[in-house]
Amino acid sequence: MTDKKIPFKIKRQDKPGSPSYWQTFQVPYKPFANIISCLMEIQRNPTTQGGKTVAPVTWDSNCLEEVCGSCTMLINGKVRQACTALVDNLEKPITLEPMSKFPVVRDLQVNRNRMFENLKKVKAWIDIDGSHDIGEGALMADSDRAKRYVMSECMTCGCCLEACPQFTLNNSFMGAATFNQVRLFNLHPTGSMNKEERLDAVMGEGGITDCGNAQVCVEVCPKNIPLTESIADIGRQTSWQMIKNILIK
Amino acid sequence: MLNRKKKIVIIGGGLAGLALAMKFCERNGEVTIVSYQALKRSHSVCAQGGINAAIDAKNEGDTPEKHFYDTIKGGDFLAHQPLVRDMCFQAPAIIHLMDRMGVAFNRTGEGHLDFRRFGGTLYNRTAFAGATTGQQLVYALDEQVRRNIHDGNATALEWHEYLGAVLDSEGICRGAVIHDLKTDEIYTLAADAVVLATGGPCQVYGRSTSSVVNTGAAATTAYLQGAKYANGEFIQIHPTAIPGQDKLRLMSESARGEGGRVWVPKKTNDSRDPKKIPESDRYYFLEEKYPLFKNLVPRDVASREIYDIVYNQNMGVSGEPMVYLDLTHKSREFLDNRLGGIMDIYTKFTGVDPREQPMKIFPAVHYSMGGLWTDYGPDQQGLIEHGSPKNQMTSIKGLFAAGEADYQYHGANRLGANSLLSCIYTGLMMARGIMNYTDSLEKSVDDIPSTIFDDARNHWKTRFNEIRKMDGNENPYQLHQQLGETMLANVLIVRDNKSLEKATHAIDDIEARFKNVKCTDSSDWANPSPSFINQLFCMIHLSKIITKGALMRDEFRGSHYKPDFDLNQPKDFDPHEYIDYLEQKQYGEITDNKFPPGHLDYMKRFEENNKKWLKTTVAQFKDNKPDITYEEVNTSLITPRPRKYD
Ligand code: SF4
Ligand code: SF4
Ligand code: FES
Repeated sequence: MTDKKIPFKIKRQDKPGSPSYWQTFQVPYKPFANIISCLMEIQRNPTTQGGKTVAPVTWDSNCLEEVCGSCTMLINGKVRQACTALVDNLEKPITLEPMSKFPVVRDLQVNRNRMFENLKKVKAWIDIDGSHDIGEGALMADSDRAKRYVMSECMTCGCCLEACPQFTLNNSFMGAATFNQVRLFNLHPTGSMNKEERLDAVMGEGGITDCGNAQVCVEVCPKNIPLTESIADIGRQTSWQMIKNILIK
Repeated sequence: MLNRKKKIVIIGGGLAGLALAMKFCERNGEVTIVSYQALKRSHSVCAQGGINAAIDAKNEGDTPEKHFYDTIKGGDFLAHQPLVRDMCFQAPAIIHLMDRMGVAFNRTGEGHLDFRRFGGTLYNRTAFAGATTGQQLVYALDEQVRRNIHDGNATALEWHEYLGAVLDSEGICRGAVIHDLKTDEIYTLAADAVVLATGGPCQVYGRSTSSVVNTGAAATTAYLQGAKYANGEFIQIHPTAIPGQDKLRLMSESARGEGGRVWVPKKTNDSRDPKKIPESDRYYFLEEKYPLFKNLVPRDVASREIYDIVYNQNMGVSGEPMVYLDLTHKSREFLDNRLGGIMDIYTKFTGVDPREQPMKIFPAVHYSMGGLWTDYGPDQQGLIEHGSPKNQMTSIKGLFAAGEADYQYHGANRLGANSLLSCIYTGLMMARGIMNYTDSLEKSVDDIPSTIFDDARNHWKTRFNEIRKMDGNENPYQLHQQLGETMLANVLIVRDNKSLEKATHAIDDIEARFKNVKCTDSSDWANPSPSFINQLFCMIHLSKIITKGALMRDEFRGSHYKPDFDLNQPKDFDPHEYIDYLEQKQYGEITDNKFPPGHLDYMKRFEENNKKWLKTTVAQFKDNKPDITYEEVNTSLITPRPRKYD
């Protein structure tokens, strides 16, 4: 056992609206440690570098393998999942902060309800007739399936929104993840039957036209979702929809 | 009859809970779904490889009946057969439903669903969406539930924790006590029925393939309130996971289903780069020992073999407890298309690309076949009467369980890709029974005096106040780590009574130290410590159920391997001999010379053993410990016989 320690600087906040403050911790080094395993270490020994016993840092996580989307935070200033952030690859001291574009709940936890509300706005689901047995689903080419599959891996982590210059704490911009969902469902044979409703939902305020095409979203997405393609595609789809809306009126 | 909608509270937002929520809304019921965190983040997303259904897409002659047989045999005959059969017969419809809901299942050239192989079967029976099938299934159901929330049929209480059932004077469950994890408020929800779809308990082992929330606390609370807990000792150890500090990350069985090969260098401590080790110097031990199933033997078998190679033969890679899982003979494109999800996980956590280098893996605690005891209503056809109010009901009336939280579908060992199926199946199947249960009640929840609810709430408020005041010198998170280490060291793949006794004492010791815990966080907002301490309390009791069940069960069945009680199946034994033997016995004409030497003795031992141990273990909370009894298993459809996979 080495007694090597990893220095952490963590931004804390007790409640929504209360002031934030920083604390430093020294966490015993272990090979292959990641940010979550270090935070667990702090739970087991919640003592700051100065020797003060404090309440353990709080954070969100569940799967610990980058598939549930819950552990998003700023690590050395960069938004990413904490569970796949191996300490060996990070500059020290490691700073941890909550995401800045979502309201802080406590310490590293934030409230991402807005993302889930957006899923409702764009009706990110297939309108099935019911869950009773009515036989096989629609035929689909595997290449189309593959296209949908990469989009469907979005785990609502919020990295893309945190990085997006258009998305702020107080505006109503929906952001890349939502546009990607519209594309995902519009691409499905049954989903496409309701595609106009979805497009209408992203044509208003906070919708696709507010996107500045800065393309930082795609760079930070841990799931490599082709967000730029999705944005461009929804841009095209909404343009058509606009023309159609005018003609039909 | 009620003149309002029937209302249920579902605890847990994984596959089972979501499936039930959807179905219950569809039947015009009212649902409140309670989740420890945001819906969409439950542990079901971690399931990788796929979901089974005997659709026979590849014209191999697969049938639901064969799926049923494989599942029962895989579970070493400990599962109630009508339930498993019903599940297997429903499976094709379930896959088609999930497909209709938009799950991006891999497809064939003609655009139909594609299937691959999994352990414990010889058929391509597993539908899959890359290697993130669980995630894709959760999302599809989550979307349907979100649709229902949007339409006003369901309510989600996210960031809420279930603390316990509200029981009336007759012991009937009338609602749930809920803890708001942000505001810290504790209150009750009245309901016609409460369903625990709360997942598995593998956090009892500290490090496992489980997610953080899988403490088993809700099921354990039900046990502490009087519900029966069944088959607790049957814990599945998955053969292939990446060793890690905080979690042992699963490398799906589909890696082997798609052709992955397990091997070790023949020479111990061979320090060559694995790619440089020629075929002749590699020991493909599963392929050699099981020429029929090869790398796709069931999980209990594979885990035991890997354990044996590493600890008894000392043949682990570089002398460490690891073996190779090799996919490097497959093309990058193939691997990305069919196994992308796990390829990424391996690369991210080890820095090594499994498309280029064989993975290094070791078994890890993965799944609990055991869980809350639940009931079922069989029909005349060897299937389940879906309208029966008994279905999935725990021994507490009005309290139901579904998914990994119940015990009924996997016997002594679960087959790969059957867990997603059992979760969705139970969720969908039980909806009608709950409706009927509500109708059968003499008194509705509306007639229950409010004092019942006040008492339940006050009980938990007092309990949490006490927890907050705990001011000893034990850190609860450290104590959890020690509990996990105790379980990993003594109640794992190879079990013996001495170690199990040792674990019993160690758990008692941890329980004593629990009284001395310190609640490390005094905040009244979003404070996870009191909840965790309560969960730790539950995990201590759960570890007692597992350990005592294991200690008492003096046999070798499925995942529960006690070498001291191995019946030593003769190498050349054929399971059909046992069927012959039973027939001959019936006609009173057994003679030893009809069987190869030693076989008759073995069969007699097998029969004796089954008489004693082919039983469901039932734990009930008495005098602060599990009181264990045994119940008959329904084996009415397939005669139990020795398992064999070579
Ligand atoms: S392209 Fe730019 S503005 Fe548009 S969503 Fe992505 S980051 Fe935001
Ligand atoms: S698109 Fe990517 S970054 Fe954005 S929420 Fe989904 S997974 Fe996260
Ligand atoms: S804990 Fe699930 S994504 Fe990190």
